[in-house]
Amino acid sequence: MSTQPATATSSTEGEPSALSLSIDEEAKHSVIGEVPAESVMETFHLNVFYGDFHAVHDVNLTFGKNEITALIGPSGCGKSTVLRCLNRMNDLVPGARVEGEINYHGQNIYGPKVDPIAVRQHIGMVFQKPNPFPKSIYDNIAYGPRVIGMKVDNMDDLVEEALRGAALWDEVKDKLKQSAYGLSGGQQQRLCIARTIATKPDVILMDEPCSALDPIATAKIEDLMLQMRKDFTIIIVTHNMQQAARVSDRTAFFTAKPDETTGNRTGLLVEFDRTKQLFSNPADKRTEDYISGRFG
Amino acid sequence: MSTATTTARAVTTSTIATGKSKDRNLASLIFLGVLWFSLFFGVVVLLALIIDTAIEGSGRFDHYLFTDYEKSIAHEQAQKFSELRGIPVEDLSNHFTGFRGGILGSLWLMITTALLAIPLGIAAATYLEEFADSSTWYNRMIEVNLQNLAAVPSIIYGMLAAAIMGLMGFQFKGIVIGGAIALALLILPVVIITTREALRAVPQDIRQGSLALGATVWQTTRRQTLPSAIPGIATGTILGLSRAIGEAAPLIMVGLAAVQWDPTGFTSKVEALPMQIFRMASSPQEAVQEAASAGIIVLLAMILGMNAIAIIIRNKFQRSW
Amino acid sequence: MTVVKEPGPPLGAGPAPVLTARSRPGETVIKALLRTAALLSVAITIGIILAVLQPAIDFFRQVPLSDFLAMSDPAESGELKPAVLPLLWGTALTTIVALLVAVPIGLAAAMYLSEYASKRARKWLKPTVELLAGVPSVVYGFFALSFVTPTLLNDILQLKVSLTNSLAAGLVLGVMIIPTIASLSEDSFSAVPMALRQGSLAMGANRMQTTVRVVLPAALSGVAAAVVLGLSRAVGETMIVALAGGSAKSTSVDPTEGHQTMTAFIAQTAAGENPPGSAEYNMLFAVALLLFVITFVMNMISIRIVRRFRQAY
Ligand SMILES: Nc1ncnc2c1ncn2[C@@H]1O[C@H](COP(=O)(O)OP(=O)(O)OP(=O)(O)O)[C@@H](O)[C@H]1O
Ligand SMILES: [Mg+2]
Repeated sequence: MSTQPATATSSTEGEPSALSLSIDEEAKHSVIGEVPAESVMETFHLNVFYGDFHAVHDVNLTFGKNEITALIGPSGCGKSTVLRCLNRMNDLVPGARVEGEINYHGQNIYGPKVDPIAVRQHIGMVFQKPNPFPKSIYDNIAYGPRVIGMKVDNMDDLVEEALRGAALWDEVKDKLKQSAYGLSGGQQQRLCIARTIATKPDVILMDEPCSALDPIATAKIEDLMLQMRKDFTIIIVTHNMQQAARVSDRTAFFTAKPDETTGNRTGLLVEFDRTKQLFSNPADKRTEDYISGRFG
Repeated sequence: MSTATTTARAVTTSTIATGKSKDRNLASLIFLGVLWFSLFFGVVVLLALIIDTAIEGSGRFDHYLFTDYEKSIAHEQAQKFSELRGIPVEDLSNHFTGFRGGILGSLWLMITTALLAIPLGIAAATYLEEFADSSTWYNRMIEVNLQNLAAVPSIIYGMLAAAIMGLMGFQFKGIVIGGAIALALLILPVVIITTREALRAVPQDIRQGSLALGATVWQTTRRQTLPSAIPGIATGTILGLSRAIGEAAPLIMVGLAAVQWDPTGFTSKVEALPMQIFRMASSPQEAVQEAASAGIIVLLAMILGMNAIAIIIRNKFQRSW
Repeated sequence: MTVVKEPGPPLGAGPAPVLTARSRPGETVIKALLRTAALLSVAITIGIILAVLQPAIDFFRQVPLSDFLAMSDPAESGELKPAVLPLLWGTALTTIVALLVAVPIGLAAAMYLSEYASKRARKWLKPTVELLAGVPSVVYGFFALSFVTPTLLNDILQLKVSLTNSLAAGLVLGVMIIPTIASLSEDSFSAVPMALRQGSLAMGANRMQTTVRVVLPAALSGVAAAVVLGLSRAVGETMIVALAGGSAKSTSVDPTEGHQTMTAFIAQTAAGENPPGSAEYNMLFAVALLLFVITFVMNMISIRIVRRFRQAY
């Protein structure tokens, strides 16, 4: 009945030589390939702590405009943690602390005068488990624009636009007033995407959006992401390497390095490059091992 | 040595195979019997209580029970009944004493208590669940304080209510607002604790979904969390009110006394059903005892009704996320 | 190979959205209101202390402490009967009787619910036990007065009890606190790890032995918290003892006699006509202060124990 501590070291590190480096040296060895020409967000020396636990160490990333960036890596390496920092959802985790900078169009979203609520209005998020509100489909979509005080001429049009944008309109147009809980898992997840689109964000963060879905629903969402790319910048966490290869323009590979004394596993960025480059010709041995399925 | 091991293993295996064989010996059965007895002891006592009271009060299930004030009967009626039943006129008022004052008073008290305790309780619970950082010392102090308040003797709440009424400048405190303050103070911790449980049952996903859209914490609370928690809050609050309606001790301290009229406002002098029962219960007169028994059945019926409403709300609306 | 761009303007020229904090006066006001409501619970505690303390202090100015902490009232005291120890004894005696009923029955019911009942049965049986908590105490008091004393104790058990007595009041009080003890004990039984039970069963113990020798000791601190909380309920309960426990001070050890308790004293004296400010009136508050302190200490003990056993598992 007793639960194991979350920091159990079940998997072992692949490369022995990496263990001899300190984490600071290691982070300097991140391989940063071709960075996007036009960026929307950048992280600078991003470090995240949960209480005393150093969860993510010195991450430097650049997210390209109208690109899909995939974050991959073994479980517990801090992908979700990095993603939650990008729209300040980590503010809601008690004890979470962020160091470094995250620049969004040149403004540090962790700057002193920044309002996290305003940040989230520009940078939306879709979660791993579909989480529609216990309301009608229509109200699920209309909720966001209403609460953020968007000027909307015709809410019906906006709802339709958002549902079309999430490739859901044809399936639900006759039951807009019905509860969102009656939809299938895949439909619920597309509803959550539609709800995010409705507030017209700039960037959309997705944390393993397909992990609770079957292959057909997954394929639909992948198609949808490729369509959405022309309007939004998308950052997606995924455990599915084929998915990263299929949809993303750029990929960042993270790993977790255990501390010799405490055994705590701190996440760090190993390699960041164009997806094609990273998958066909990885520069780091650990990336190669991971994408070829030898580790993780 | 090896034989012993084998036997032990054989025993274990046989126990597992035959399931409950080891639970079938005399001691175990007696033990189980004791457990069963304890489980149903309460029901037996409750049945005895209800049956005994119902029999004792059976003579008084007439409309005077609801229409008459304590010891009130119109003079011409009294004459008629006196002849009819052969009871001296001066004794008669006891035979026709009723709970009109108590029933109406308790309803007034309950509604006023609800008006005071529900908004305050929900507000406090909302702050503690949705806004407060539970790691700070003063929020932890509020938590411990609430647990303590939930166990303060009810009669002490009556003393506080009397003091508050004094501060508000009321000379006579046995009025609707005085009783309601006492009862509201009493059930406030219950309302807060059950509301917090209801809020906690709303999944974190819902809040995150709302906040990720750029909603504020209050918008999220008001438009997502609180509406989702309403069935739980309603159930807990009704149960709290059903406790308030049966309480007499705090009302004694406020000084509720018998009345011969219906309450008309928050400052009306008021009576409560359990207070009436308390006064009548210690009376030596048979007729008054009989009326008290009937009054208890009325009170129990009111409480049962409120509990039934709470259960219906829970079964009908509660979402099992 | 390492390229770390230092913070600076974005690589591509994009629109610069406004992220600066908007002032949300509504949000601030509402948060302040909600916090005020939460702080009110602290104000209530302070209010209780102030409401009780002031008249109690006045009482101790009027009456020497030695008269208050005495086993019997001074002979020439007249209306004022300042001795509190008989009241404390009345409360203790009634509470002991109540615990003798409630602890075994509450524990046994909790054992059945946690160790024997199926999940479905528990869903029905638990509310059955908790029904007892929904009955108003004035109803219990009437039951003690009109059934337990004359019918059960006098007629059936042939005990020579007085009209009001601590035995009847204590028995009924015990019934009232069964749900408190059963429900908290059940929580602590259920918190005992399954592995302990399985270990015991695997050694060949049967369910009764496992329940009594393994589960009960493992849950003992939780049970202690339950008993302390039940005790505090019993000490603070008013209506049962006011109706059925007696209205005269007594230091006799015989529960078949009446004993006035602290709460009964408060209720019975408050119903009388003592002018505010008189020593008789102020004594109410001195007794209430003692009552508040006793229950407060017991609650704190119970909270402490619960917190410790929550940490253990
Ligand atoms: N709220 C939290 N409090 C404390 N530690 C946390 C919290 N959330 C995550 N962590 C820890 O931070 C580390 C990184 O977690 P994170 O969820 O970011 O990993 P992940 O890469 O997303 O893993 P997965 O692939 O399993 O989702 C883990 O060791 C985790 O235990
Ligand atoms: Mg994750």
